[in-house]
Amino acid sequence: MKYAIRAGDIEHGGSASARIKSELSRAGVDATTARRAGIVAFEGEMNLIVYSDDGGTLSVIVEPDAVMIELEDTGPGIEDIDLAMTPGFSTAPVWATDLGFGAGMGLVNMQKHSDIFEIHSKLGVGTRIQCRIERKGDWAMNRREG
Amino acid sequence: MKLCDLAELIAGSILVGEDQPDLVIDRAFAADLLSDVLALTEEQTTLITGMVNPQVMRVAEILNVIAVIFVRGKVPPASLVEYANRLNIPLVTTKKTMFETCGLMYAHGVRACRSRSTCQMSDSG
Ligand SMILES: Nc1ncnc2c1ncn2[C@@H]1O[C@H](COP(=O)(O)OP(=O)(O)O)[C@@H](O)[C@H]1O
Ligand SMILES: [Mg+2]
Repeated sequence: MKYAIRAGDIEHGGSASARIKSELSRAGVDATTARRAGIVAFEGEMNLIVYSDDGGTLSVIVEPDAVMIELEDTGPGIEDIDLAMTPGFSTAPVWATDLGFGAGMGLVNMQKHSDIFEIHSKLGVGTRIQCRIERKGDWAMNRREG
Repeated sequence: MKLCDLAELIAGSILVGEDQPDLVIDRAFAADLLSDVLALTEEQTTLITGMVNPQVMRVAEILNVIAVIFVRGKVPPASLVEYANRLNIPLVTTKKTMFETCGLMYAHGVRACRSRSTCQMSDSG
């Protein structure tokens, strides 16, 4: 599944991710994996809406033992990825903070819920994020987070 | 406590969920910052919030939220109520503040959902 996300489209913000989460559940993906994938997708989708110049794509691939979430945009790119990944760092505009976003925890939260998290970004070119979420089942997650 | 007793306790009205009065509300997380709800809750929970934008229900759907309580007299738009109906996630509105709502619920046995604090976010989980 591949979703086109439009820059600034706050009205639909998060709707692709909510759909992804419910479709994963319907496809028989365990509840914990579907929740983690939903969180990863949502944070990535909101970042495309808030920060990208021209929107981007959100794709989901269901594999036998993992769910892959990929986000791609064509700019502006992130100058300092380590800084962007710091909890609390945010350049969110006021309209996003007014909606309850811009706590600077999106990227770390995406990483936290991914077993493999890769981010590549180049200023003036764009950002590409790939997340692999292992389908471990509910019991495994409870032990990991417990 | 049960959803119907909760609504009475906080002088709230049930917008969605009249058909599930016996639903058990035993834990909750309160925040206006949806980023925090996404980042910090670690189990299914009831959500207490003053936000009524469409993102609230999308977050609720992703996190399998048990019920949403809107505080400070915030009235969710019809589209949000419709969405909650479709998902079968109960909605309660109250004129009480977040603090009062939390206090009343805590005094009646509702506890914090399992969560982490922001400073724990950098420890990999
Ligand atoms: N796709 C993107 N393109 C450009 N910058 C981004 C993108 N995603 C995130 N950023 C930058 O990284 C920062 C941190 O992002 P995030 O952790 O999601 O927190 P928040 O969205 O709350 O600011 C953002 O404030 C922004 O400066
Ligand atoms: Mg973000």
